[in-house]
Amino acid sequence: MTIEEVQNEIIEEFSMFEDWEERYQYMIDLGKDLPLIEEKYKTEDNIIKGCQSRVWVHANMEDDKINFSADSDAIITKGIIAILIRVFSNQHPKAILDANTDFIDKIGLKEHLSPTRANGLVSMIKQLKMYAIAYQTQLS
Amino acid sequence: MFDVQKIRKDFPILNRKVNGKPLIYFDNAATSQTPQQVIDVIVDYYTNYNANIHRGVHSLSQEATDAYEQARIKIQKHFNAKQPYEIIYTAGTTHSINLVANGFTSLLQKGDEIIVSALEHHSNIVPWQMLCARTGAELKVIPMNEDGELILSDFDELLNKNTKLVFVNHISNALGTINPIEYIIEKAHSVGAAVLVDGAQSCPHLKPDVQALDVDFYVCSAHKICGPTGVGMLYGKEEWLNKLPPYQGGGEMIAEVTFEKTTYAGLPHKFEAGTPNICGGIAFGAALDYMNRIGFEQIAKYENELLAYGTEQLLKIEALKIYGTAKEKTSVISFNVGSIHPYDIGTILDKMGIAVRTGHHCAQPIMDFYKIPGTIRASFMFYNTKEEIDTFIVALKKAIMMLS
Ligand SMILES: Cc1ncc(COP(=O)(O)O)c(C=O)c1O
Repeated sequence: MTIEEVQNEIIEEFSMFEDWEERYQYMIDLGKDLPLIEEKYKTEDNIIKGCQSRVWVHANMEDDKINFSADSDAIITKGIIAILIRVFSNQHPKAILDANTDFIDKIGLKEHLSPTRANGLVSMIKQLKMYAIAYQTQLS
Repeated sequence: MFDVQKIRKDFPILNRKVNGKPLIYFDNAATSQTPQQVIDVIVDYYTNYNANIHRGVHSLSQEATDAYEQARIKIQKHFNAKQPYEIIYTAGTTHSINLVANGFTSLLQKGDEIIVSALEHHSNIVPWQMLCARTGAELKVIPMNEDGELILSDFDELLNKNTKLVFVNHISNALGTINPIEYIIEKAHSVGAAVLVDGAQSCPHLKPDVQALDVDFYVCSAHKICGPTGVGMLYGKEEWLNKLPPYQGGGEMIAEVTFEKTTYAGLPHKFEAGTPNICGGIAFGAALDYMNRIGFEQIAKYENELLAYGTEQLLKIEALKIYGTAKEKTSVISFNVGSIHPYDIGTILDKMGIAVRTGHHCAQPIMDFYKIPGTIRASFMFYNTKEEIDTFIVALKKAIMMLS
């Protein structure tokens, strides 16, 4: 699936929620569900600074596609990370670089994208794109 | 008679909705809300007599100057300073502390010691670290116990003839502890050290008498006392203010300027370079008027009721732990619930219109002491109510249910 297709799928899913409670409960459940990163990658180096909650990101490339893993000690942040990873993982670096993140607004989580919100989401997206730039250079 | 419903009508912001719910504002320790009486003063200033001060011969300038200097006298009276010129207008607590720290650069040398408390706000630690770096003086820390109280016997041991300065907050912003500053001041003076007290968190709840305290410097911000942001004050004993060199150079602070030599103006102008926050200063005075009309005794009595009620209700929640259980504390409750991250709870509460602070509250050393990433902090002012606390408890329980 392309990034856009995944995003549309998520927008579709979220459109079924009636209110903020259902949206947040869904994200919390996503956050609880999975271990998103191997323990060995939860290093100081992989931490994104400037957040109230700690956020770790790790990336690797296989067959010209990047896979991300990440984690946070705050569960809502982790839920959003799970969504981001679903969108950006298993994609070509160029596709990641070209992608926008408007869908977050469309699923009613815009407040988490505010650059002044200390949850590191904006820094996290930046970090995902940085990895994409790095791998893109490797490819060309 | 203290009538909270009547008081609430003074605060237009309390009528607004957040995320579709009536706002419950429990982040007062970060900044307080502004009553209409103070908003009116701000509007009146810009509507009727906005002008630069201390320099014009024209009427507007005179009116603005008078109002600004009258506000200084209000502040002087409020804190019971001996002279109006012992009140220096600043941009706030942080600015005041930096002004003093900077001034001490020429008064300290290697071998001197500065004592700060383990309960400090970052803004109260960094300027002293910088001062130590400049002068070679050494920074010592008064430790705290599990309840969030300073360990005074350790303080006694830190004091010696090399101690030149002691810095402590009157009330801790992270835990609400009221520190025994009377004792600290007396002890510090016995070895000849000066004392600066950070009153950022105390001034909303009590009325310090700087002469009775015999404190050398006392600082606060107007925005925590129902006034506007970006203005505050430094009280300094006249003899100390005379000893400190000017902080910033500029207009207002000079008596005479030639290219060879400048002579500085006297107090308070020596420390007030440039055009100040004129409207802010006037509104600061109006905010003190407002609070004094309600009366600090009434305020303290009512806020203590809120604190007792809030604490009691919170402690009924399973796995909830309160940090800061000092015998003497104000209406600040810092807590965590089990292993739930404070950020998660804060986010869900916001969805229900409730404003609390989450995080380390600019007091990382305190969080390190308890080995936690941060807390949720609910801080009450005299315009909050028990009903709001009830709503908050219901919302908190819901957040906990969603998150666990
Ligand atoms: C104890 C204490 N000191 C200093 C400050 C800093 O005040 P301001 O940001 O107004 O300079 C605060 C504000 O949070 C505080 O609580």
